Amino acid sequence: MKATGLHRAAALLPMIPLSGCTGIQSALDPKGPAASELAWLIWFFTGLCSLIWLAVMIVLIWGLSKRRGDRAEPLDIDEAGDRKATRVVTGAVAATVLMMIVLSLLSYFSNRTIAAIGGQNPVTIKLTGHQWWWEVRYESDQPRRTLTTANEIHIPAGEPVRVVLSSTDVIHSFWVPALHGKKDLIPGFDNELTLKADKPGVYRGQCAEFCGAQHAHMALMVVAEPREAFDGWYNAQLSNARQPETDEQRAGHDLFMNRPCIMCHKIQGTKAAANTGPDLTHLAGRQTIAAGTLHMSRGNLAAWIADPQSVKPGARMPTMNLSGDELNAVVAYLEHLK
Amino acid sequence: MSAADLPAKSKGIRDTSLDDASLHRWLTSTWETKRGIIGALSAVDHKVIARRYLITAFVFLCLGGLNAVTMRLQLSGPERGLIGPDLYNQLFAVHGMTMMFLFAVPIVQATGIYLVPLMVGTRNIAFPRLNAFSYWIYLSGGLFLWVSFLLDMGPDIGWFAYVPLSGPEFSPGKRADVWAQTITYTEVSSLAVAVATIVTIFKQRAPGMSLNRMPLYVWAMLVTSFVVVFAMPAVMIASTFLILDRLVGTQIFNPAEGGDALLFQHLFWFFGHPEVYIIFLPATGMVSAIIVTFARRPAFGYLALVLSVIAVGILSFGLWVHHMFATGIAKVGASFFTASSMLIAIPNGLQIFCWVATLWGGRPKIGTPLLFVLGFFFIFVAGGLTGVMLASVPLDLQVHDTYFVVAHFHYVLIGGSVFPLMGAAYYWYPKLTGRMMSERMGRWHFWLAFIGFNAAFFPMHILGLWGMPRRVYTYPVDLGWGNINLFITGGALVLFFSFVLFTINLVWSARRGEPAGDNPWDAGTLEWATSSPPPSYNFARIPVVTHLEPLWAARAELPVAAGLRVDARELVISTVAEGHPDIREKSAAPSIWPLFAAIAVGATFLWSIFTPWAVVWGAPPIAIALIGWFWPKGEPEDE
Repeated sequence: MKATGLHRAAALLPMIPLSGCTGIQSALDPKGPAASELAWLIWFFTGLCSLIWLAVMIVLIWGLSKRRGDRAEPLDIDEAGDRKATRVVTGAVAATVLMMIVLSLLSYFSNRTIAAIGGQNPVTIKLTGHQWWWEVRYESDQPRRTLTTANEIHIPAGEPVRVVLSSTDVIHSFWVPALHGKKDLIPGFDNELTLKADKPGVYRGQCAEFCGAQHAHMALMVVAEPREAFDGWYNAQLSNARQPETDEQRAGHDLFMNRPCIMCHKIQGTKAAANTGPDLTHLAGRQTIAAGTLHMSRGNLAAWIADPQSVKPGARMPTMNLSGDELNAVVAYLEHLK
Repeated sequence: MSAADLPAKSKGIRDTSLDDASLHRWLTSTWETKRGIIGALSAVDHKVIARRYLITAFVFLCLGGLNAVTMRLQLSGPERGLIGPDLYNQLFAVHGMTMMFLFAVPIVQATGIYLVPLMVGTRNIAFPRLNAFSYWIYLSGGLFLWVSFLLDMGPDIGWFAYVPLSGPEFSPGKRADVWAQTITYTEVSSLAVAVATIVTIFKQRAPGMSLNRMPLYVWAMLVTSFVVVFAMPAVMIASTFLILDRLVGTQIFNPAEGGDALLFQHLFWFFGHPEVYIIFLPATGMVSAIIVTFARRPAFGYLALVLSVIAVGILSFGLWVHHMFATGIAKVGASFFTASSMLIAIPNGLQIFCWVATLWGGRPKIGTPLLFVLGFFFIFVAGGLTGVMLASVPLDLQVHDTYFVVAHFHYVLIGGSVFPLMGAAYYWYPKLTGRMMSERMGRWHFWLAFIGFNAAFFPMHILGLWGMPRRVYTYPVDLGWGNINLFITGGALVLFFSFVLFTINLVWSARRGEPAGDNPWDAGTLEWATSSPPPSYNFARIPVVTHLEPLWAARAELPVAAGLRVDARELVISTVAEGHPDIREKSAAPSIWPLFAAIAVGATFLWSIFTPWAVVWGAPPIAIALIGWFWPKGEPEDE
């Protein structure tokens, strides 16, 4: 990770060694044109504001430490001194006005620059917020090429991607700091933004509007890949789920289809076709489980299915009461769904 | 001694013919709050009510602080399991509501209830029974929220309670109703205080106190009260609509039935942004008072300061949308609100410059009150400048709803209001108790609070830029936020400890503090013209004001007016602009009815979270209480 100035400055603070800061969710580590514009704006504002703060403090401390004559009656005012002060204060107010105009214009133009990011026929993603996960749907003119997945967005690097934001329950907010500022997902109308990553990489985003019990565990991954890799991923995602191969996987498949799992989830190519919860067709190909709560691994998958309420209390997924063997079978099946 | 002209026609006993000792006896028997439990519950003396408000608000500050400390312990490391999301979400909602509705607004208003009548030289606040009523409503609202919280029924939807999350579908149970009715209680009480404050300032000023001789603190309270009057109804509409959606099945905020979820946010922030200034403007008045006294000169740029306060009060209504930039506001609208948000920096900047110029042109002596004001400069100016950053639409979209914002508004609210309040506590404590607070403990308190505050809140700016959102009960290990959060928790504990020290100082000084005398700081405003603590009637003879700093202008003896009756609660009512004495008017006597009215109103509010019929069955008791309250006593009304 490239250490930015503020990272370094903060590292000087005692007791804050910055080991392990990967920056995949940092606004100061921009990886797209919008975030780069914003990072520049943040640094400019921070610099200017720091200077002003410093100037006020210097004048204040200087004023306090000034040597003065003996105590006189409080109403004996130094008229000449006050006239001078009037000029200084007037100047300071004029400078404030000027600064506010400059900063207003700056943010206006910055806003325009960001709004101008776009392109012809971009990949369009309809992102729907749910308590507490993200439904990701790639739109296409051809119905057969529309694609539904969850909690992980793949985008072609270097290309603008149109993201349409909506919600079916409460208000959420889509925020991938390394790529773009926030935009809310509001039931009742659609918002929109253009996501663009300069380079391939993995960027983390998180819901930024308080949305209930598990607001803290509503993250998503944005995976930017070269165009060919993206196309490959896209075509793979369009295919049906892999058939179970081993006996254990078959047992897991049967359990899945005969237990409440099927009430909420979809596995394309099987009879599981509900859409209350995330689509699991290619679950094992994702990097995380339960909207960024756990890394994808066999152990974590087992932990999540065995007792979702202790991993993510309040989540909509109930505890299934599976025996040890049943749990292993279901995990084996799901782990197979690459 | 010069005596201003007061209309004099009635027969009662007047202060003109009495010597000081018998004057004191008469006024005491007329104005004193009766002893005993009935007397205490009937009290209408503004000082008694204000003391209750101050103590209650301080208790809520401590409770809200405990909420914060608990949250900080949970966040001190990644994936910590000290408390779960259910409790955490209640904690931050109750913390925000307690600090905003039960501490910040009531304590600034309470300070005004105590000081404004003294500063304008009158004997009681206007509408004293309404004022007493407001305290009981406030107390019941606070108890309502905290008892609910202790019963695991505390709101878990933040202090802002956005729909649809707070609506009937996503917040079953009573938690969201507790939010809505806590709002109703506290807003009713603060509206009542605002009205009483405005009338006191406009009509009860001492003879000669024209608007341009009004202390800056009084100006600040006047503007604040107007902001309350215009802002609070918006949030009461929001909370009432919400409870209608939840209780009666209206669909005002339900998009599926043609309602609008964003309408709630507009209503809430139309109140929510002025709310910040309701908390901040009184603090500017305190800063002005302390700076003038400690710089030992009148304020530099009195007119500019007054106009700034008025401008801030008006502009505060024009920038609520900057809380909603992420909702997808049209670009033109967003740019407008960027500009209007930046605009408010200008009067605020002007105030800062005038204060600095006052210190430059004076002979400042450092005392604990001034130390807190200097802390205010250090912190508030930084918070104001991060506010300028938040005003910029694109920039805001990166930091909105992150720890950067948490840092910003704590810099503005703690720096801008709590530090001045602490300064004010040291400054006016001698007036309230007759004793000075310990200066040594005061300095320790200041430095601990200052260091603890900055250690707790400065790193939050960085956390926010690194991507940590607000209102999360935990965060993953691999984002690297752990160490900085641990540091913040350390700072929060230091800050909390500084308040423990402050509490010790308050209690210790009440018994052991040095006796203060009438005017320990040699200040210039009228509250220092009477004894410490002031008698129940405030001033034996109503002062006549000839200067902005009357006590500095009249070193030998303050001119007073005479002609008021001493056997009845009479006040001088003066003209709004010039402060000419106009008529004499009776001030309401103590009464138990405001308490009964508050019980009837409070029970109706409480009951109404269960059934809409509460409004129907609650109305007759309220009507009866109001009839008792206004029952004529057969005395001739005004002379």
